[in-house]
Amino acid sequence: MRQLSRRAALAFGAGGAAFTFLGWDQGAFAAAKEAADAIAKFTGGKTAAKAKVSIELPEIAENGNTVPLAVSVDAPMTADNYVSEVLVVAEGNPNPGVATFHFSPLSGKAEASTRIRLATTQNIVVVAKTSKGEFFTGQKLVKVTIGGCGG
Amino acid sequence: MAEKPRLKLPKQAKKGDVIEIKTLMPHIMESGQRKDKDGKIIPRKIINKFTAEFNGKPVFSANLEPAIAANPYLQFSAKVEESGTFKFSWTDDDGTVITAEEKITVA
Repeated sequence: MRQLSRRAALAFGAGGAAFTFLGWDQGAFAAAKEAADAIAKFTGGKTAAKAKVSIELPEIAENGNTVPLAVSVDAPMTADNYVSEVLVVAEGNPNPGVATFHFSPLSGKAEASTRIRLATTQNIVVVAKTSKGEFFTGQKLVKVTIGGCGG
Repeated sequence: MAEKPRLKLPKQAKKGDVIEIKTLMPHIMESGQRKDKDGKIIPRKIINKFTAEFNGKPVFSANLEPAIAANPYLQFSAKVEESGTFKFSWTDDDGTVITAEEKITVA
């Protein structure tokens, strides 16, 4: 009886340790790294200045399945100086990519709105590229009550 | 499932105006993350590209990822200098391209 209980205790202890080890959640960390990689690819390794980009998102999104997002970049949008591309990345989604918007001088304004899915509370990062090869960035935190991925 | 997209833009504008265009395409935007009852992953099926042209010139386009909500909605602007036709297109993962057109009179 004594033997058994000691064995049981050992087994339980080992099982518990394994569970802790496997359960260590690296998901969020991996997603943030993927997001950083996507941004680095977009900018070609250049540093984006924290300016000119504004992001409109609810502070708290009750339903992660459809979260309104509006992005705008302060730019003249003339033939020789306009925002050509805007990358939107979600740091905490299973796939960080959200969308890439392509603008032209005919766009008039570097502004776009859409509705996005968010798995969890996370940062949304926006990087804009101008026709002159400059990069600007901004980010915003959204709290998500019910996630919009998987199921 | 060639659903009809919904478009909202002015019929008339003044030369040089920046107008607002809203588009909505009915589509499930299956993310490829969800599982069915048997635990099998439901394959991804989304609209992955949207384009808007005015008289054949690019105005706005977007590459979309599964993180775009169902029934993809896009709002953007366009600067109009002449009368003409906007042409919109949505490309599905299965290769289907859905197009729509809208005319505008610029005075």
